[in-house]
Amino acid sequence: MFDPDAIERTAAARRDWEARELREFLARQPEARAEYRTASGLPRKRVYTPEDVAGIPLEDIGLPGRPPFTRGPYPTMYRGRPWTMRQIAGFGTGEDTNARFRYLIAQGQTGLSVDFDMPTLMGYDSDDPRALGEVGREGVAVDTIEDVEALFEGIDLEAISVSMTINPTAWILLAMYVAVAEARGCDLHRLSGTVQADILKEYVAQKEWIFPIRPSMRLMRDMIVFCAERMARYNPINISGYHIAEAGATSVQEVAFTMANAIAYVEEVARSGVPVDAFAPRLAFYFVAQADFFEEIAKFRAARRVWARLMRDRFGATRPESMRLRFHCQTAAATLTKAQPLNNVVRTALQALAAVLGGCQSLHTNGLDEAYAIPSEQAMKLALRTQQILAEETRVTDVVDPLGGSYYVEALTGQIEAEVHRILAKVDELGGTVAAIETGYFQREIADSAYAVARERASGERPVIGVNRFVEPPEPGTLEIHRVDPAVEARQVERVRAVRRRRDGARVAALLDELARQARDPAQNLMPVTLELVSARATLGEIVARLRETWGTYVERPVF
Amino acid sequence: MSAPAIRVLIAKVGLDGHDRGAKVVARALRDAGMEVIYTGLHRTPEEVAAAAVQEDVDVVGVSLLSGAHLTLIPRLVELLRRSGARDIALVVGGVIPDEDVPTLRDLGAADVVLQDTPPDEVVRRVRAAAGRAA
Repeated sequence: MFDPDAIERTAAARRDWEARELREFLARQPEARAEYRTASGLPRKRVYTPEDVAGIPLEDIGLPGRPPFTRGPYPTMYRGRPWTMRQIAGFGTGEDTNARFRYLIAQGQTGLSVDFDMPTLMGYDSDDPRALGEVGREGVAVDTIEDVEALFEGIDLEAISVSMTINPTAWILLAMYVAVAEARGCDLHRLSGTVQADILKEYVAQKEWIFPIRPSMRLMRDMIVFCAERMARYNPINISGYHIAEAGATSVQEVAFTMANAIAYVEEVARSGVPVDAFAPRLAFYFVAQADFFEEIAKFRAARRVWARLMRDRFGATRPESMRLRFHCQTAAATLTKAQPLNNVVRTALQALAAVLGGCQSLHTNGLDEAYAIPSEQAMKLALRTQQILAEETRVTDVVDPLGGSYYVEALTGQIEAEVHRILAKVDELGGTVAAIETGYFQREIADSAYAVARERASGERPVIGVNRFVEPPEPGTLEIHRVDPAVEARQVERVRAVRRRRDGARVAALLDELARQARDPAQNLMPVTLELVSARATLGEIVARLRETWGTYVERPVF
Repeated sequence: MSAPAIRVLIAKVGLDGHDRGAKVVARALRDAGMEVIYTGLHRTPEEVAAAAVQEDVDVVGVSLLSGAHLTLIPRLVELLRRSGARDIALVVGGVIPDEDVPTLRDLGAADVVLQDTPPDEVVRRVRAAAGRAA
């Protein structure tokens, strides 16, 4: 990136500095550690100079809004408008969560994000015995389209983007969302938002699965193809590193494993005959912002470059939009501690700053009560205010990619990119992503990293303030904790039963038979029949149960 | 002659898939010389109780991060009791609010191991729960 003469002069100066200032100083005051590494274990130098970026072509860094998008997906980034402030919310019934949404919108939130309860995520109705104790607890309970109507009551779906954190049952929730919007007369092409729908990372990390890998991939394809045709502004998938990182992966592994999953999705859809440029622009990503500040910033930059190159070189994409990685970011829940919970506000603010300097498109900042329960209203407001302070007071938004050109950040970006390509080559060697999942490659790597971190925290090698450094006796009762309304479960159970009594049962039964028939033919797209099902008030649990009969369920061979 | 190794069943009950903690604990116990069986995810209390009896374990370590512990743990305690497995110690871990800890202990949990407990301390406490305090 510099001319060879300048590099040579820099090298000479650096050698001279090492022999004089540095040597004398080290003799007087040795450094705290013999070697420095990033949280992912990449070697870190004392100081970076032009020598460290000499090998990086200027085109690799480039300009924002132009491939390989290292500096950002858009030319003006936050100067045009800030990232979408998207705090996730979900608990109780549709009405309960709707009230939280309205509160957050009133506080200045600019996007919605829905968290569903475990039974909804896993495909059980609220009155299923397996749902006992979990209804409306960790998210909102959805059994039928009427719950989704309540969830979005009074919210203009064409005006605000909605992200839904849902995976094995994503296509059903997408159908419910679409059916509600259509019933209200919305133009589907004007709806914006995302379903997470990233099933591969479930097998790898978050472990919310229902069906075996093959039919699950087919459902993914059905959603992507449906959205490509019917919903021009909607992201049918959020390819997620977040859960991979939270399960214990390093930041390098997070990007590499996420890209491995992304490759599998692109291959799946392309195999059905849809050209990559027709759907790749709507693929969206989701990463964590961890504690290692500069590594995280470099990670986001590296991820954009890796994706651009993969799409161009591996899949032959020609539209820049197909190569443009856009991502949602969430600060790292696993870094938050139960001890001294106010410290979590500081951790989250710093992680959010890394996300912004790394160029995220939307952001969720965690509540300080993360280690206690799902967030209280107060905790969510403070988390949102953190983003607003970043966006409006710090002025870090005034310049696009402000760390671009830093010897250090550019070198680290290149290092991460190279490591990601090394891991992707390894996955190819193992026979591709699905084969690597089946043999437990990702799961083993993640378990190893998680165990190493647990050991480092226990030994103090990885400092955690309040946990292994500056420990204080616990102070009980300093936080207001969200408590689940014990009446929610009974209320929701009664509601789904009432819907079943009211609807045209024969029509639902006939549609479920049709679903089973189409499910056996992999060439069919299951979205249209699912839309009919949800409109006829079939429940989520009924749809899943019928497909479980047809497809069976996934069985993990756990590794630890 | 040394005592036989402590046998532990690590179990995930309920629908939540957070298995990072359960797996770190499983590995720490194994590294400490215990025989560890892991149930895998999404188990019902019935399945866990049956596995505990069948595997003849000294300790069942249950991990929940879903908040459903006050529904699922009493059920598991009852099932273990009914199957005559009175000598199996139950240790609970995961995201558990402080005020629920005494409730869980009253219900019959030998110990409740919360977030950020270092692996070595988990080993010590599981050993104590098994009645083999060092």
